[in-house]
Amino acid sequence: MAEALRYDPLGPSGTWHRQRARLLVYGLLTLFALYYLLPLVVVILNSFRDLPDISRAGLIGLPSSFSLSYWPIAWSKFCVGGTCAGIAPFFFNSVAMAVPATIISTAIGAVNGYVLSKWRFPGSELLFGFMTLGVFMPGQMVLLPWAVVLGWLKLTNTTAGLVLIHCVQGLSFTTLFCRNYYVNIPDDLIKAARIDGAGFWRIFRKIVLPLSPPILIVTVIWQFTNIWNEFLFAVIFSSGTHQPITAALIALSAGGTSVHQYNVESAAVLIAAAPPLLIYLFGGRYFLRGLTQGALK
Amino acid sequence: MASLTLRDLNKTFGSVEVLRGINLEVDAGEFVVLVGPSGCGKSTLLAMIAGLESVTSGEIAIAGRLVNNVPPKDRDIAMVFQSYALYPTMTVRGNITFGMESRGVPKKEQAAALARVAALLQIEKLLNRKPGQLSGGQRQRVAMGRALVRDPALFLFDEPLSNLDAKLRVEMRTEIKKLHQRLAKTTVYVTHDQVEAMTLASRIAVMHQGRVQQFAVPRMVYDRPANMFVAGFMGSPSMNFVPAEVVADEGRPAIAIAGANGPAVVLPLPEPTPNSLGDRGRRVVLGVRPEHLTRYDRRLREDKPHLATLEAPVEVVEPTGAETMAVVRLGEREVIARFEADAAPVVGERVTLALDMARACLFDAETEALI
Ligand SMILES: Nc1ncnc2c1ncn2[C@@H]1O[C@H](COP(=O)(O)OP(=O)(O)OP(=O)(O)O)[C@@H](O)[C@H]1O
Ligand SMILES: [Mg+2]
Repeated sequence: MAEALRYDPLGPSGTWHRQRARLLVYGLLTLFALYYLLPLVVVILNSFRDLPDISRAGLIGLPSSFSLSYWPIAWSKFCVGGTCAGIAPFFFNSVAMAVPATIISTAIGAVNGYVLSKWRFPGSELLFGFMTLGVFMPGQMVLLPWAVVLGWLKLTNTTAGLVLIHCVQGLSFTTLFCRNYYVNIPDDLIKAARIDGAGFWRIFRKIVLPLSPPILIVTVIWQFTNIWNEFLFAVIFSSGTHQPITAALIALSAGGTSVHQYNVESAAVLIAAAPPLLIYLFGGRYFLRGLTQGALK
Repeated sequence: MASLTLRDLNKTFGSVEVLRGINLEVDAGEFVVLVGPSGCGKSTLLAMIAGLESVTSGEIAIAGRLVNNVPPKDRDIAMVFQSYALYPTMTVRGNITFGMESRGVPKKEQAAALARVAALLQIEKLLNRKPGQLSGGQRQRVAMGRALVRDPALFLFDEPLSNLDAKLRVEMRTEIKKLHQRLAKTTVYVTHDQVEAMTLASRIAVMHQGRVQQFAVPRMVYDRPANMFVAGFMGSPSMNFVPAEVVADEGRPAIAIAGANGPAVVLPLPEPTPNSLGDRGRRVVLGVRPEHLTRYDRRLREDKPHLATLEAPVEVVEPTGAETMAVVRLGEREVIARFEADAAPVVGERVTLALDMARACLFDAETEALI
C-alpha cells in the first residue's frame, strides 16, 4: 500500500504540481546529457575543421570549414614517434590485445563463477572473497610485480604480455559478475542434471552456458571497454611499435612537430574511441538488461 | 528383496543434527510417503537417497546394493523436484531426452522412450515448447516425464504437487496414483500434506525433528498413531486431546475427564484394555478424532457398542457444506466435534455427544506415546 501511495514525479497524473516536477526532472536530465555530450561534439567538429579555422575561432568555436581529409591522415599517414603510418598499426595492436584478453578473461570468469556458485567446496566462499578483493586493487599497486613477472616470462614489451596482464587483472570482475549471476540459477537444475547423468562440463555447456548470454554480454562489454581504454599498463609495459592505441595517442600529441594538428589528433582520438563506443551503442541495451535482470524465472 | 534400505542413517550440517537414526525398509513396488512438518528433514533424506547430499553415518542400499559412495547418476534413480527443475533453455523434448543423451542411449531408443512417455502423460503436443510456455500442470507432467523415461529402480518425488493450485493438485494426485498402479514402481514421495500422504501411500513414514515417528500403512497411522505428534499431524481438523486419569468404574477400567462444569465424566474403556494401561491414578491423554465425537442418537448404539455419552455446550459452529464442525467445551478444553449437516447444533446449545471409545486413543501424559 505504502508503495502505491508514494509520490511519483513521473506518474501519469496531470495536476500542475506534477507537471512542474516532471519538467524539472526532464530539464535536469537534458542538462546533464548535454554536459556529457559536449566534449564529444567538440572533438567531432574539430576533426573536420582546418587548422586556420581552429586557431582563429578557437577549439570550442563554431566551425567555418569542412574537410574529410584529416581522418585518412590520422588513420594511415600521420607520423607518430618517427614512423609515419598513422595510428592504424596501434589500432591493430589494441585489437590484438583486447580481443583475446576479453575472450580469455570472460571464459575463465564464467568457469570460476560456475564453480564458486554451483560446486562449492570448503573454503570456496573465502576464495571468492579474496578474488573480489582484486576489484578494489588499484593498478599502480601491481605495476612492480607485473614488471618482474613479465621479465621472468620474457614478455616485456609484447602484446602477449599485455594480454596476460589484462586477463589476470580482469578475473576479479569477470568472476564476480558471473558468480553473482549464476547463484540465481536454481540449484535444483544442477541436481536434476547430475541425476540425469551429466558431469561438470556437460552441465556447464548444456545448462549453464545457454542461460548465460545476458551476463556474458555484460562481461564482454565491460572487459573490452576497460582493456581497450586502459592506459597505465599500456604506457608502462609497451613502447615503440608495440604500443596499444591509448599509449600511441600520447606519443602522437607529444609528436615532433611543434604545431599541434588538432584536426588530425581529434580524428585519431575518435578512431581510438570508436570500438568501445560502437560496442556500447549496439550492446548497451543488453548491458543494462543484463545488469538489472535477476537472472531467470 | 527390499528396493530401498536405510540403516541408522544420520545427517548433520555442521553442528546441527538434521536426521537421527533413520531406519526404513521399502519393498519393491511400494509407494512410501515421507510426511512431516516443514524443516523436519524430509528433503534432506530424499537428497541423501539420491546421492545429492553426503551421508554423515549409516547406510543406504538401493536394490540390495550399498550406494553410500555411488554418485547420483549411477544409483538407478529418477527424481522429480518441487520446483520441477526443468531446463529452461531446452524444449520439452530436450528436457525429457537429456538424461538419455548424457548416457549415450542410441537415438532410436530415445525416440521410442520419448514417444512412450509422451503418450503416457499426454504431452505429445507440447514436445517442441519451452518450459516457460507451459502451465503449472503441464510443467508438472513434463517433470514426471523426465523421471519416467528412465525406468529406474527407484522414483523419488520431493513435494511435486505443492506448486499447483488446489484443484489441479487433487487431479494430479489421482493421476500419480493411477500411474503408480499401472507401473508399480518403487517410489519414495515427500510431502507435508497429510491428505496427500493418506491418499497416495502404501506406507507412510511420519517424520518429526529428524526422526521417523511411525512407519506404517495409512489406516494404522490414522487409527493407531504411535504418539501424540503423529496423532495431531495426521487428520484435519486434527485429533482432540483431553487430559484424563485412569480410574475404575464399578470395577471395570475407565478414564475420567473434567466435565463441562463440575463433576468429572467417567468414560468406560473397551475391554480387553491394553496391558500397558497401568494403575489407577495414572495421568493420560485421551485422543479423539472429531468424526468420533458427534451428536448422540440411539441408533448409533446398534453398531457401536463402546459408545460413551457426555454433555457439552457448543461455542462455535463451522459449516463446511457436507458436514458441520462445532467447537464444544469439555472442562477446560475446547474440542472439535463433527456433525451431519442436518443434525448441526446451534451456538449455546447443550448438546449430548456420543464418543466412540473403540476409536479413541490413549497417550501417556509424560512420554506422549500411545498406550
Ligand atoms: N545445506 C544445509 N546447511 C545447513 N542446514 C541445512 C541445510 N539444508 C537443510 N538444512 C536444515 O535441515 C533441516 C531440514 O531441512 P529439509 O529441507 O530437509 O526440511 P524439509 O522437511 O524438506 O522441509 P520443507 O517441508 O520445508 O521442505 C532444516 O532445519 C534446514 O534448515
Ligand atoms: Mg523440503
